[in-house]
Parts: sequence; C-alpha cells; structure tokens
Amino acid sequence: MQTSQTSPPVRIVRYRRSRMEWLRAGLRKASWTTWLGLAVILLHAALAIFAPLLAPYGEADVVSNEPFSAWSLAFPLGTDQLGRDVLSRLIYGARNSVGIAFVTTAIAFLLGGTLGILSAISPAWLDHLLSGLADTLMAIPQLIFALILLALFGSSIPSIILIIAVLNATQIFRLARSSARNVAAMEFIEVASLRGEGTAWVIVREILPNILPMLIAEFGLRFCFVFLTISALSFLGLGIQPPSADWGTMVRESATFISYGDITPLLPAAAIALLTISINFVVDWFLDIASGLRNDQ
Amino acid sequence: MTNNPAADGRRSGETLLDIRNLTIEAERDGAWQPIVRDISLTLKRGEVLGIIGESGAGKSTLGLSALGFARAGCRFSAGSVVFDGRDLLKESEEYRRQLRGNRIAYVAQSAAASFNPAHRLIDQTIECAMREGLTSRAAAIGNAKDLYAQMQLPDPDSIGARFPHQVSGGQLQRAMTAMAMTCRPDLIVFDEPTTALDVTTQVEVLASIRRIVEEHHTAALYITHDLAVVAQMAHRIMVLRHGELVEEADTQTMLSAPRQPYTRSLWAVRTMEKQAEPPAAPMLEISGIEAHYGTFKVLDDISVTLPAGRTVAVVGESGSGKSTLARVIAGLLPQTAGSVSLNGTALAPSLKQRSRDQLRRIQMIYQSADTSLNPRQTVLDLVGRPLAFHLGLRGRARDLRVAELLDMVELSDRHIVSFPSELSGGQKQRVSIARAIAADPDGFICDEIPSALDQLVQEQILKRGPTASVMSAPDHPYTLQLLSAVPQMDAGWLDAAIAGSRAANGR
Repeated sequence: MQTSQTSPPVRIVRYRRSRMEWLRAGLRKASWTTWLGLAVILLHAALAIFAPLLAPYGEADVVSNEPFSAWSLAFPLGTDQLGRDVLSRLIYGARNSVGIAFVTTAIAFLLGGTLGILSAISPAWLDHLLSGLADTLMAIPQLIFALILLALFGSSIPSIILIIAVLNATQIFRLARSSARNVAAMEFIEVASLRGEGTAWVIVREILPNILPMLIAEFGLRFCFVFLTISALSFLGLGIQPPSADWGTMVRESATFISYGDITPLLPAAAIALLTISINFVVDWFLDIASGLRNDQ
Repeated sequence: MTNNPAADGRRSGETLLDIRNLTIEAERDGAWQPIVRDISLTLKRGEVLGIIGESGAGKSTLGLSALGFARAGCRFSAGSVVFDGRDLLKESEEYRRQLRGNRIAYVAQSAAASFNPAHRLIDQTIECAMREGLTSRAAAIGNAKDLYAQMQLPDPDSIGARFPHQVSGGQLQRAMTAMAMTCRPDLIVFDEPTTALDVTTQVEVLASIRRIVEEHHTAALYITHDLAVVAQMAHRIMVLRHGELVEEADTQTMLSAPRQPYTRSLWAVRTMEKQAEPPAAPMLEISGIEAHYGTFKVLDDISVTLPAGRTVAVVGESGSGKSTLARVIAGLLPQTAGSVSLNGTALAPSLKQRSRDQLRRIQMIYQSADTSLNPRQTVLDLVGRPLAFHLGLRGRARDLRVAELLDMVELSDRHIVSFPSELSGGQKQRVSIARAIAADPDGFICDEIPSALDQLVQEQILKRGPTASVMSAPDHPYTLQLLSAVPQMDAGWLDAAIAGSRAANGR
C-alpha cells in the first residue's frame, strides 16, 4: 500500500491488493476441507514431478521372482502379477494419470474456451455452425465415441490426449459461449464498442474477467472427468498401454484380489477418488473467494 | 386483516422507533471506520421521517439499522435501536427475523432486482403473510388485490398473475410497496423507492405511496437524495452528510428556514438560474433520419439541430423512438436514410466506419449505471481507459486526471480502486458521468434523464463548458416543467425537439 502526495487539491491514494495478498486473505478464510484438498493436490503433484527420485524401483522393472507377493519391507505394497513393485508403479502412475489428465484438460480449455467466446460475439452463421458442431459431438456417448476413435487411430498417448480433449472441449464450449453471451449483451460492451475498442480488448478485458471464475471452477470439475475417463479407458484396456504404469490399468490387473480380502487393488482406486474429491474442495473454496467483487475483504 | 396484535394498539403520539447514539462502522483496508456517527432519531406511530443526503452519506446504512440489520462488512459499534420497547441490537437474530417483513418492512431501490423473476407477483406479495401463518391463502390473495387497487395498479384482480418482467418498472415498484404492506407493518423503510424510475412515473408512484401510508397510518423512514420528493412525503426531515447529522426539523421549517450552510446549498440548486447563451454554430445536425428495426420503421424523417453549448430534449411517450434516435446518433443503429453531421462533417452511419476522434466527440451516458459499468473493472480502469485510449494519457498523468475527474463529480479519490459493487447507486452514476467527461467530448447523449442523478451532479454536467447534450424524456407535463428549469435549455430548441419526436410518433 503506497500513498503518494502532490499538492492539494489533487491527491492520489493508491492501494490495491496484489494477487499474493488476495490469495493470502483467501487462505485465511479457507476451511479445513480446503487445506486437505490443497495438501492432497500438492502431494499428487510432487509424486508426479519427482517420481524417479521417490520410487524405490523403476517403473517397469521386474524386481521379484514372486508375483503377487504380500506386503514386506523390501516391497512395502507387495508386487504385481509380473513381480513389479506396486509402490513404485503407484508413484509413476501419478505421473502418467495426473500429468496426462492435466495436459488434456488444458488443451480442452484452450480449444473450447476460445471458440466459445468467439462464437458468442460472432455473426449468427458462424455461431450456428460452431454450436451445431459441438452439439453433434455431444450427442454421441462420450466413452463409446472415445473407444471407437482410439480403435481407429491406435491408443498412443498423443491420440488419447487429443481425442479426450476434443470431446471435453464441447462442454467447455457450451459453458463459455452461454456465459459470454450474457456478458456480451451488457451495456458496458456497447460502451467499449462506442469507444472504438477492437475485438481483442473486448474479449480479454471486458468479457474474460467476468466469466473467468466460472471457467476456472469448470476446469477443476472437467479435470476430474478427464481423469476418470482416462482411468476408465485404461481399465478397459484402450488407454495408457503397458508397460507404463497407470492407476486405471493397475485396478484392472489386480481387481480379482479384492475377493481375497487384499486391499492392494483399492489403493490406486483410492488415489483417484482422493484427488477427485480434493479438487472439488479447492474449486468450492475458489468460487467462494472469487465471486465477491471487492477489494477490501 | 386485523389479527395482527400491533394493529389494535396503533395510535399517534406513541414512540415506535427510538435510535440512540448509533454508530456503525465499516471495514476498509483492515481498519474499522465509522460510516454512521452518533445518530439519534425518534419516530412516532404514523409519522413519516425523511432522511436526505448525497450519495455515500450513510442513509441506506441508517435505514437498514431500523431493521436491526447491518450489511456484510459493517457492524454496530455503539448505541441502541429500540423498536416498540425492545433493543433490536440486543435481541436474538431469531427475534429480529420475525419482526422483519411482519412488523418492519423494507422497500428497496431496485424493485426489478428484488423480485424473483421465476415467481408470479401474487405469490411473492403474499409470501410474508403466508410464512407467518397469519391468514389463509384466499384471504391473503383478497388482501393483496385490495392493496394493488390502493396502489392504483391497473387491473388489480389479474395483475398478480403476471411475472415481474411482464409489468413496467413503476408498476413493479408499486407492487413492491403493496408487498411491504401485506402484513400491515408498523414501520416501513423506503430506501430511494423511486430513484430508478423516470420522472413521470416517479410522480405517480410517490402519490400512491403517500396515500397508502396515510390510510394505514404506518410509520415510515423515507430515504432519498431528492429534495422535491422528501418535501412531498415527510412530516420531518433529517439531513445527513458523511454519516453525521447536519440538521433536523419539521418539513415546513426545513424548507423555509434551513439553518446550516450545507442544507442551504442543497436547496440552492433548485433555484439555479438560466444563463443567456449567445447563438452558436450548430454542433450536431440531424436531417431526415429514417431508421428500421428489421422491416419495422421506427424513425421517420427526423430533423434536429443542436448548437454548441445547448441542450436539446427529445420528448415522447415510451416507444416513440427516443432511444432509437440516440442509438442512430451514436452509430449503434445505422440509419436507412438521412444524415448525421458533426461540426459540418457527415458521420458514417455505422460506428465501425467512424474515426476514433469522431467517436470521442460524442459520449453517451446510460440510464442505468449498473449495466454500463463492467463489474470486474475498478474505477481507475473505467475512467482511465478513455483517457488512455482517446487522449494517450499514461501512468501518473492518467491517474492524476482520474482523481481530478472524480473530484469534479464530487467523489473521493479513495474510490479510485473501488469496484462498482462497492459504490452506492448515486456514486456509480457519477463514475459513468466522469467516464463520459474523461473523453473530453463536444456533446453528450443522455438516454432518459437520469433521475438517479443527484442535484449537485446534474449541475456539474450541465455547467461544464461549451458542451451540447441530447436528452430524451417521456412526454408528460411534468417533464416540460422540469426541462424548462434546465440551464442552457432554450425554449425554441425544446419546441423543435418535441415536434421532431411527435413526427416520429405519427409514423
């Protein structure tokens, strides 16, 4: 907060919360669920980034002669059907599952968000064309459509990312378009065009700040859906391919052991569930602090 | 509906509301600062107390305190609010909640924002009576229809079946007053109930409110910035400034012999003198304008000439094309025939083909500051953008100019970092005027005379240099009376403009 003074009567008091201060004020209001959510997300991120340092063994190394060995000191969570260390695969799985889901969601947002806002302020024919395209894609059940496309193009990681991103971009397109349309109808957009502002200013400075909280909230939820879709595809065998470790695949491979009272197959499933819930906690908190239009809270 | 126990004991002379040494603080930059300081007031049953002051004086905060309510970010720090013998600030939230709507009602400034758009008027009107279980649904509906009739709403038997968007702004404000009356409250707090309405509708709504308050012998706190309104409504008037009491007296005394200089300055605006202006070259010439919405012809052969430094009022009924004319001048709706020329140069029909400088020279002021200010931009962004865009001001030069402009419209420079939602209705209107002045235009277009404008600001914009304005206003005797009081308004131009608008009507 800075106060600079010139001769009266014109005096300028400038203070504005920086992003950091705003975040700190927001964190003071955070509930324990938010803190839990943040902790879990950071943990997952750390696992994904530092996987090679944290994992006791390599991702695909066969380290034991004994498949499906029980929990022991050498293999804290036992081994899988080929004798690979489950803990190591769980840690590497974070990198594959979380990392790929994040990249996919980011692409989906870039694509859906840009087209959505553009569609909202475009002439009617372009708007109809883009909306029609999005509706057509949405009309086909997502998982089945993804399976068909993956069967067609082969399930490499780039094609998984692109296919899931495009499918999810349709939802983001609809959200961005409808919320941007509401904003575009406001008089302050008319004020901007009366001033002679270009399209870029109108999108970035007038419309985007008004719909950004909604888009960020959607980012959290959409990330969960993408994550679950990829896990589901892996579980079905068309997602991330062996020997890469992935939580969805890991659940499938050891699923039969649930009936023997072994909780090992539940661990990757629990990691998926925990991350999903945590992201929702943090999104709720973010919506709460971003909805107020105040500098001084 | 006399089963409200309070209704039987209602008679004049008994004190209903007693506010003692009330101080209310608001949090700003982490520190608590008083926004209402040491205010005391008493209100007897059946009495109407007017609270007047400019925007940001703490009127609304004081009004809400009569309900024992402090807005988010505000707190009661001293004093008491005794309603019917019990201090609301010491009672439980449950007790206060039961009083609200039932014995103390609140009528807000924006009826449009206060009604739920998804429910019919009648359901919202009787909601309070039904919630308290005071009466059967049939009786409540009958009562609501009575009240609609008393508020002079058209077709009182069936208007309740409409949704809020199906009635006009004035009708909605009347329905809201009817809603406040359903439980026959002892006290109603009116917070600028007519400010968002245009001048003619305002007169009609005020008459209805005054009649119903008198008939039911309800006490009222009437909050406004408009002296003409408060003089009509109130038995007594309190003048507030910066959260402090300036003076308090009976309406008659206050009008005839105000004691404080500030009060006199409020009064003085009403008697502003017209200055004689020498004839000037035409700034804006509009000739033979035709405009269509689709195939529907809205404007037919309209011609108006606006000399520099004058104000032309375009007067006509709603739907006569006043706003359309404003949109044609601004270039938002390209005309299908005729021409608009500025300082002798013809303007392109569409604003997309006009130069930046041409756009700068005509500034539009919207009726609603709520929708014309981007809620995610601070006052600095809002007022500073035209300075940067049109005049190339950057950094400190721009900031200083913004502070200067805010000073011109009598806003404090601490508002420079505020978002619109942190400002009162009048302050928002001032920001939108400061933004229009920032571009240093030759002329303004005001769509509908903003009755939400404080007197002091009206003076400011009308006094400003050789600027011309086009104002649109509804066709009503009261409008003419009001417009003839506007300085720089020449009777001849006024007539010409009305003739032009009538032509539009007779399409």
